[in-house]
Amino acid sequence: MAVLDRKLGRDARALLGQLIAVALVVACGIATWVTMRGAYASLLLTRNAYYREYRFADIFCPLKRAPDALAARIAHWPGVTAVEARVVEDVNLSVPGLAEPATARLISLPAQGAPRLNALYLRAGRLPEPGRADEVAASEAFAAANQLRPGASLAAVLHGKWQSLRVTGIVLSPEYVYEIRGGDIFPDNRRFAVLWMRRPALAAAFRMEGAFNDLSLALAPGVAPQPVIARLDRQLEPWGGLGAYARADQISNRFLSDEIAQDRVTGTWVPLIFLAVAALLVDMVLTRLVLMQRGQIAILKAFGYGNGAVAAHYVKLALLPALGGTALGIGVGAWFAHGLTRIYAGFFRLPLLRFRLEPAALLLAAGIGLAAGAVGALLAVRGAVALAPAEAMRPEAPAGFRPGLLERLGLAGWLPLNARMVARNLQRRPGKSALNLLAVASAAALLVVCGYFLDAVNYFIALQFQQVQREDVTVSFERPLSAAAVHDLFHLPGVGRVEPFRAVPVRLRFAHRDYRTVLLGQAAGGEMRRVFDANRRVLPLPGSGLLLGDALAERLGVHTGDVVSVEVLEGRRPVWRERVARTVYEMLGMRATMDSAALGRRLGEPGVASGAYLKVDARAAPALYAQLKRNPVINAVTVPAVELAGFRETMAQSLWISTFVLGLFAAIIAVGVIYNGGRIALSERGRELASLRVLGFTRAEVTRLLLGEQALLTAAAVPLGWLAGFGWCALLVLTLRNDTFRLPLVVSRATLAFAAAVVAAAAAASALFLRSRIRHLDLIEVLKSRE
Amino acid sequence: MAGTGSSDTIPRDRSAAAGAPPADPSAVFRLRDVWKVYRMGEVEVFALRGVSLELQPGEFVVLLGPSGSGKSTLLNILGGLDQPTRGEVRYRDHVLAAADERELTRFRREHVGFVFQFFNLIPSLTALENVELATEISEHPLPPREALELVGLHERLDHFPAQMSGGEQQRVAIARAVAKRPEVLLCDEPTGSLDFATGKLVLEALEGINRELRTLTVVITHNAAIAAMGDRVLRMGSGAIVGEQRNPVKLAPAALSW
Repeated sequence: MAVLDRKLGRDARALLGQLIAVALVVACGIATWVTMRGAYASLLLTRNAYYREYRFADIFCPLKRAPDALAARIAHWPGVTAVEARVVEDVNLSVPGLAEPATARLISLPAQGAPRLNALYLRAGRLPEPGRADEVAASEAFAAANQLRPGASLAAVLHGKWQSLRVTGIVLSPEYVYEIRGGDIFPDNRRFAVLWMRRPALAAAFRMEGAFNDLSLALAPGVAPQPVIARLDRQLEPWGGLGAYARADQISNRFLSDEIAQDRVTGTWVPLIFLAVAALLVDMVLTRLVLMQRGQIAILKAFGYGNGAVAAHYVKLALLPALGGTALGIGVGAWFAHGLTRIYAGFFRLPLLRFRLEPAALLLAAGIGLAAGAVGALLAVRGAVALAPAEAMRPEAPAGFRPGLLERLGLAGWLPLNARMVARNLQRRPGKSALNLLAVASAAALLVVCGYFLDAVNYFIALQFQQVQREDVTVSFERPLSAAAVHDLFHLPGVGRVEPFRAVPVRLRFAHRDYRTVLLGQAAGGEMRRVFDANRRVLPLPGSGLLLGDALAERLGVHTGDVVSVEVLEGRRPVWRERVARTVYEMLGMRATMDSAALGRRLGEPGVASGAYLKVDARAAPALYAQLKRNPVINAVTVPAVELAGFRETMAQSLWISTFVLGLFAAIIAVGVIYNGGRIALSERGRELASLRVLGFTRAEVTRLLLGEQALLTAAAVPLGWLAGFGWCALLVLTLRNDTFRLPLVVSRATLAFAAAVVAAAAAASALFLRSRIRHLDLIEVLKSRE
Repeated sequence: MAGTGSSDTIPRDRSAAAGAPPADPSAVFRLRDVWKVYRMGEVEVFALRGVSLELQPGEFVVLLGPSGSGKSTLLNILGGLDQPTRGEVRYRDHVLAAADERELTRFRREHVGFVFQFFNLIPSLTALENVELATEISEHPLPPREALELVGLHERLDHFPAQMSGGEQQRVAIARAVAKRPEVLLCDEPTGSLDFATGKLVLEALEGINRELRTLTVVITHNAAIAAMGDRVLRMGSGAIVGEQRNPVKLAPAALSW
């Protein structure tokens, strides 16, 4: 066997280029898998460790106002291990160096020490001292976005009073991994701050001494949250409870969990596609390679080597690139996974990082990589060892061309000779041609999937910021206000048009399903916010009935015409039954919309608004912002253009990175597939091509003949890849939908062109290589023998 | 094969010292003191050792010799597939020894027809198409069907190589070689992989071509029986021409036996 192994080493050296190409493709597949699974597992582990170590609560409940004694009683409920009663208020904030007004969420810290739940990680400085009314700890995302360090000054309107605040420390909280203001689409870290203040100072400012308006609960392990939530809702109803919700519905956790769930889906399917293509390619190459060694196999058998020994020999040859590729893929994948986890940890500002590669995922990756090689070799060897040695020693039977489709259709005469050769070669072994086609198409499809993510984001931006949200500024009132307050907005500088809206927290029920969301009342005939049907046509707002986002309708299982129960979670808490006027297309969130006049009547508060959309003259914006900052009734100002810029900076950037990495892998696969296809074609037809050279065909003519087949395959593979890629995107759309975001199924021409261009470039690179091979065709060899 | 001792170097201009015969201006090929040395790893292999030769238009030349005698190397050099290490090779007024790859390709394309032992037809083209392949790149070719008739093939022209017998395939190969009206037809063991009866059919085709088109035909073989059908027989051994014989009467292929 030692001699066979020496042969193995020499064969491997002779086939180095092809084996490297195979190894690289395997490595790409494995690396994608390891990267995405590793990042997913690590992010999950990190999140869980963070939540546990920083005592992230299990149940959250905002309310209007309740006495501290109530919280103490709730703490003794069975299954409840800890309770944190807090004062939480959103206020209008002025940040040095920021023109627009920001929003601060002020959260109370206990008078002394650290909170029992939702503990803070102190990144810099210190927590506010007990007894200091002007000291706050600021969330890191906000501090970083505004370049604030401990010692920085801020100013806010606290219950109608202008007060300056000093930042003493920079902190992180498991409750605000994703710092997003209610109603916003993306985190806007420059304009949304989470500030922690000692409770006596905050309570004093908002007249909440001895009372709380926000309750967090921790549950003993294994205690289901739903019964506790139901009990809490009953208990807090007289105190203006706004509806308790579990950790799963907490907004920051939901964003983070949705992100992790998405990673699990993309981290499974995308790499599996890569691995499948890699396996296909390995099989293709090895089958050809073993066929070319027929003669040697026969000699080995004639010497008395058994089928097992021969098969083992070729399996070993196959395992070389498979092993190399797997090892390289795991190494690169682990490195990328670590990098990606760090990017995530930075993006979500996680104070700790737990990195983990699941042994099962690694084993599976290695298994797939090695199995691809071994199966490819075995399939190929099976045919070769089945032959009697004498028969196998004879060259493979001449290519058995027979009249085919081309001749039956009478097309042959119309084609030039070289086209006839290409067509007949493809038609002679349709299975092999199809496999080749499939492999190149897969690479093209992968590239389509890569480009698709950017397309989806661009489409989303165009629809959301140009079609849906058309206001310049959104202002939210501290509490619902009458028409007079809306009218006052006209007097602010630069304001051209004002459209009031009403937003109320509700629970929608249909049959046994329910969903907690925001019901938005919009002005009839409004122009700033619009709704669309599934075909992206603008829909008029009906005078009565609900418009439900399609995802929400699906969640509740309702259709147009069904009647749902609407339970308002604030104020007098009216409950009524409302017909679903129709479902609308919504990429983001799960909201319900209705006519604001009809909503006002239902609430018994006609003309009352929660805020307004404004059209603003850009030149007057600075003056407007300055006034909004000090306006005591406004507690949130949103500027969509600014929001979008923030989104582009963060999300789009990380999207670019992952698209680039995936695109690179897909391109390597494309090169690997096409190059190997060309090599195989050359080895199969080298003799034929050399004969033509002897007959006086020039190198260019012979090259064209060989590349014609490659070009035809590649050209046919591109549209097929487009189709397959589109199908994969559709699959991704289905698997990646969640409450926060639904991907639109849009693939741009640019993406299709990108996929085609990369495949064409891979084909061109392969063609260049083949051309140099043709230069070295041995013409004399042709004259001598068949083999 | 590898020489030994002092013969392992190429002597300086031996032909001048030997007083080579004056060049015949009508010759198609003129070779003077042609050497071919291959380097195989660390060993030098002398494939040709100073061959001088002239081939006339319309001649039927049989090149006889055992394996390794250099006959294939000589044929390759005549056909522009290989170049000598030293010496002069002229085709008419072209100096082949100095030609580059592009010029050699043109030479093959315009003037040379090849017939191989293993036919080397393009498997994906029919008999007729294989001939058309050659006529497409040629300026004044024979009509492909006419070329096939010359070798005795009148039907089954739309059959693929895999559907034909060896003798038929070789005759297609001959038709393909002569369809471009080459001045030279070079055949490397054309009957080497055929049985006696079909081998004779192929030889008849070659003889007919030589007679009707007056194409200079060079056939290399180690089958001595074929020598009888040539105008001239050259015997090769150890890289040199060791014997030359003119047949006063050529035998028809049908009269040959082996």
